[in-house]
Amino acid sequence: MSEQKLTPVVATDETSEVARKEVARSGGRTNPLSGPLGRTVGLVLALLILCVVGYVTAGERFASVNNLMTILQLAAVIGVLSIGMTFVITGGGIDLSVGSVLGLATVWSTTLATQTMAEDTHWIVIVGVALAVGTVCGLINGVLIAYGGVVAFMATLAMLVGARGLAEMIANRRTQVVTVQPFLDTFRADVLGIPVIVWMFALVSVAGWVLLNRTTFGRRTLAVGGNPEAARLAGIKVRRHSMYLYGIAGLTAGIAAVMMLARTTAGSSTNGSLYELEAIAAVVVGGTLLAGGRGTIVGTVLGVLIFTTLTNVFTQNNISSSAQAVVKGVIIVAAVLLQQRFASRSRT
Amino acid sequence: MVNDDPRSSPRPLLQMRGIVKVFPGARALDGVDLDVLPGEVHCLLGQNGAGKSTLIKVLAGAHQPTEGRILVDGEPVTIANPVAALGLGIATMYQELDVVDGLSVAENIYLGHELATAGFSQRREATRRTQEILARLGHPEISPGQEVGRLSAAGKQIVSMARALSHDARVIVMDEPSAVLDSEEVANLFRVVHELTAQGVAIVYISHRLEEIRQIGDRITVLKDGRTVATNLQVSETSKDTLIRHMTGRSVDHAFATRPPLAPDAEVLLDVQGLALAGAFEGVDLQVRAGEVVGLAGLVGSGRSEILETIYGARRATAGTVTVGGQKLGRGSVAHAVRAGIGLCPEERKSQGLLLDEPVYRNITLSTFGRFARSAFLDEKAERAAAEEQIRSLDLRPADADRTARTLSGGNQQKALLGRWLVHGCRVLLLDEPTRGVDIGARSEIYALVSSLAASGAAVLVVSSEIEEVLGMSDRVLVISEGRVVHEGPAAEIDEHTVLDLVMEGSAA
Repeated sequence: MSEQKLTPVVATDETSEVARKEVARSGGRTNPLSGPLGRTVGLVLALLILCVVGYVTAGERFASVNNLMTILQLAAVIGVLSIGMTFVITGGGIDLSVGSVLGLATVWSTTLATQTMAEDTHWIVIVGVALAVGTVCGLINGVLIAYGGVVAFMATLAMLVGARGLAEMIANRRTQVVTVQPFLDTFRADVLGIPVIVWMFALVSVAGWVLLNRTTFGRRTLAVGGNPEAARLAGIKVRRHSMYLYGIAGLTAGIAAVMMLARTTAGSSTNGSLYELEAIAAVVVGGTLLAGGRGTIVGTVLGVLIFTTLTNVFTQNNISSSAQAVVKGVIIVAAVLLQQRFASRSRT
Repeated sequence: MVNDDPRSSPRPLLQMRGIVKVFPGARALDGVDLDVLPGEVHCLLGQNGAGKSTLIKVLAGAHQPTEGRILVDGEPVTIANPVAALGLGIATMYQELDVVDGLSVAENIYLGHELATAGFSQRREATRRTQEILARLGHPEISPGQEVGRLSAAGKQIVSMARALSHDARVIVMDEPSAVLDSEEVANLFRVVHELTAQGVAIVYISHRLEEIRQIGDRITVLKDGRTVATNLQVSETSKDTLIRHMTGRSVDHAFATRPPLAPDAEVLLDVQGLALAGAFEGVDLQVRAGEVVGLAGLVGSGRSEILETIYGARRATAGTVTVGGQKLGRGSVAHAVRAGIGLCPEERKSQGLLLDEPVYRNITLSTFGRFARSAFLDEKAERAAAEEQIRSLDLRPADADRTARTLSGGNQQKALLGRWLVHGCRVLLLDEPTRGVDIGARSEIYALVSSLAASGAAVLVVSSEIEEVLGMSDRVLVISEGRVVHEGPAAEIDEHTVLDLVMEGSAA
């Protein structure tokens, strides 16, 4: 086929006047503060307020470098899971299995066999096993959902149960302590005064941001989540892309498993229980649309930090974890209500 | 509520006086007057954006007017919410039929005002009354227990109408009721409308199709820019030209572009041989040459759209081949078709074509953003430049690449879709209902656009429910009936009646 360009010529007529008026009156752009920027500002404000509350109620105990590092380390594991979750949700899906998969990955990478091999060769074996377990679980989800036509909620629920069960079988319900010292030396170290796992969280966040906002993969994610039928008819391979998204969620579960091992020095089938819910909450509070088509990595990171800081402030003030859970529930509902308010405003 | 014979009182059932509705930043209604008499079909005409939808929503209680008065039976009323509207006897049938697919016919009709004693539903009574209403509408064959999801669009419309009657509606607002129907079903709709008006019910009828208004309407009110620009026009005494002049503020002769004769040696860009899709159509052969517009005419459900979608790979053909510019396409692969240079503008722009909350430029580059990328990293500047070029050359309004697709009018959304394939450099364009939901002024623009695309070397295959439109746009026409091509020939040598005849014959066979 020739490279000849098609050039339409349109005669402008008086109807353009009508059309122009029509659109001029109907608006179309929204107030910038109700847009993504406004949401980010809102989240930063919420975080600042939390910090002020923390300082006022707990003083130096809260506002210390030590405590800051504690908060960041706590945020890191959930944070990495949430980055993967942001991709899945933006692509119009949901992944309930990431917590279980994290648990399975910590167990699998700390079995006697794996650790022996790591002792003999290199600690990287542990990392490799964790990442592989996570990614494979994610891809199984992806194949079931994208090609098998299983509803995402059910497929990942099955993975949640199945991966937890497999982890229990492998670990025989015992905690497997990490004995590979070089692994612990590497991941429990500080670089420039900041723990390695915090650096990992930062790195994954930046990579996630670039992937979502600056690459064709990210654009496809928005298209697949925003209108899968339109994406398909525009020539995008929607199924394959959805499968990749679950693969990414699995991969982040694997990364989070490595970080979990570094923090707790043990693999256990109970690792990561209910983390999927915390991740989903952080993603949604951050401003990613649960319906898909709109996602924000910056929002997700802020969402994670808000939840972790909240927990920290409460703990500093000796408030029970039960009360913390109630407050988190209220925050989730408030965030979703706000999001819907913004969404409906930008549509009228 | 007064319930004497509506024919005996000459006064209007419903009056709207000086209705103004201001939205933040927009004056959607700017002084609308409307009188509806009992037993009449009152047609409401106007281009997209003229304020019809807002007016309907004011009547339905979904919007509160900023200024103005509404009188029912001469009494001033406030329609605070949809329930109040129904209480006053005003029922609205929206274009997107608001029935619940999973419920039965009777459950849908009594949705929101279930017949119940102490919380227990009276199913037998509901069934009996439903049968009564359906009989009144001339559709006793619909069973009250049937699941609504299994009914056709026409059947759902009857259910929607029955629901209006279950509220003792005296004014029924119908928003483009014929848009989802084929011509036989439209005839049936008209019969029902006649029966309702004979019983004194007033119908406010909204349609883009002037021919329909001729058939069914009594009086016409024309809206433009949120104002009533003409009212009390008798359908029988008003010419099409006059109406178009009122709607557009100018007179138009019918605006199909004249097509230059096709070069005899023009390259065959699209070649379809023996294409079939089980249960939809079979044995479809067609060629489209560079510079040619070929139309597919036929009723809704005849297989027209399925043919386009199968050529495009969105459905997997059960037999046959599609060749584009000498390249044979794999079955069921949209990506392959797009790569070979076919573009489809689908029937449902909003649900199949656009990312409504994304900016226009990203919609235009939806199938080409990868091409502007440097090793997977997007180049939004280049993308935007390519999109802006299309916005200019298609005269897409407003010329704002960052506006969300949702806020564009139907005609401009269609242009954005065309722009998507032009950026791609597609030379085979499949257009499914290119002017659905596009107002009259913008229609002529789409016609001119398609014609000039063909003139610059594109092969265009177009499907439309409006036979006049298919004939006007195309060089050559294929008439489809029951999944088969029943006629093929130059568009100039066939008229609307012959096409209808062919279509009916095919159906009877």
